[in-house]
Amino acid sequence: MAVTVDARGLSCPQPVLMTLSEIKSGSDNEIVVLVDTDTSKENVSRAAVSQGCTVRDVAPDGEGYRVTVTRK
Amino acid sequence: MGKNWFATRWGIIGVGALIGVLAALLQKLGNPGNMGICVACFERDIAGALGLHRAAVVQYIRPEIIGFVLGSLIAAYLFKEYRPRLGSALIVRFTLGIFAMIGALVFLGCPWRAVLRLAGGDGNAILGLAGLAFGIWIGTLFLKSGYNLGRTQKTYGSAGWLMPLTMIGFLALMLVYPQVPGQPQSGVLFYSQKGPGSMHAPLPVSLGVGLLIGFLAQRSRFCTMGALRDLILFGQTHLFGGFVALVVFALITNLIVGQFKPGFAGQPVAHTLHVWNFAGMMLAGLAFALAGGCPGRQLFLAGEGDGDSAVFVFGMIVGAGIAHNFGMASAPAGLGPHGMAAVVTGMAVCLFIGFTMRQTAK
Repeated sequence: MAVTVDARGLSCPQPVLMTLSEIKSGSDNEIVVLVDTDTSKENVSRAAVSQGCTVRDVAPDGEGYRVTVTRK
Repeated sequence: MGKNWFATRWGIIGVGALIGVLAALLQKLGNPGNMGICVACFERDIAGALGLHRAAVVQYIRPEIIGFVLGSLIAAYLFKEYRPRLGSALIVRFTLGIFAMIGALVFLGCPWRAVLRLAGGDGNAILGLAGLAFGIWIGTLFLKSGYNLGRTQKTYGSAGWLMPLTMIGFLALMLVYPQVPGQPQSGVLFYSQKGPGSMHAPLPVSLGVGLLIGFLAQRSRFCTMGALRDLILFGQTHLFGGFVALVVFALITNLIVGQFKPGFAGQPVAHTLHVWNFAGMMLAGLAFALAGGCPGRQLFLAGEGDGDSAVFVFGMIVGAGIAHNFGMASAPAGLGPHGMAAVVTGMAVCLFIGFTMRQTAK
């Protein structure tokens, strides 16, 4: 099961805060984060890795990216 | 698409180190003491050059600022990251820009200059940096409790060009109305005859360094406020690495070229009022944290098409006019007559924004 975090249009540090919150409190093993800037893509990926998660996939999605994070 | 090396740990450290070296060298080449680069001071000088305030000692169109925006614009286009966007709580960002500038001018420097002052031996910078960290810490409390200025939206490509075009306009004014030795005014532009505004590196050097830093900072996402915020908020040291590298390499360069002069009294463009050095930067730090970026980062974001950041930048430039016209800005002699009232008012406004603009969990 994957849950989607829509962080498009939000600026630093909101996408990271939302991703971390989902990693910490969510129950799904896979988290899909939607972002619309390269900075957010990098920040979300970096934050996920720092929490011991893996970034399974980063794919272009519309104007931005779809970052798929897998919980350990 | 290759990996962005500049966004790695060594990338951001390298960029921070280079900025530290270049800032110290800009001072060597003519910029004011411990002010090789100061985003707030330089925007204030631009406001003065345009006549938005008439403080005669701080009037000069700083090419570094023009370079920051245009360098970022070039990088954003080259790497396909130019994304015109606009529309997140603009009046709030404008207001935060005004008070960020007022706070910075009570201390006499933005976060960039605070670390450069430290690297030049100015002990007063310790109070300023402590205030900055404290203000950012308050900001992280709001962020943790749901503070959010809302989503921005995609806009016309041309809307993202407004700030870069403004900067090109500033450069054009400088070329059409160049500085005339001994004259306080050239055409529509004011040029300081003495004081910090009269001290500057040659235009091509300032512009070139600005373009280089703008380019590299866009790639690396260098941010002085974010450095402290991410450390406090997430315990993350990524941006902090660049921040520390800036201090260390500016210090080394200062030692080599003989610009390191430790002490509290008699430091260039600084005062020794510890409480107000702390309080001014506390206000600036909180405003930067609520707006999501240090003054440099706001310029780099504006260069890659972020209209929200552009509005914050204009807020800072207008704030400089307000600060100097209405006696809020400090001087080496001490506070302006309304500096204290400005800091108290600014804190009240920032706290109002922080407390009231929160989204609770969806």
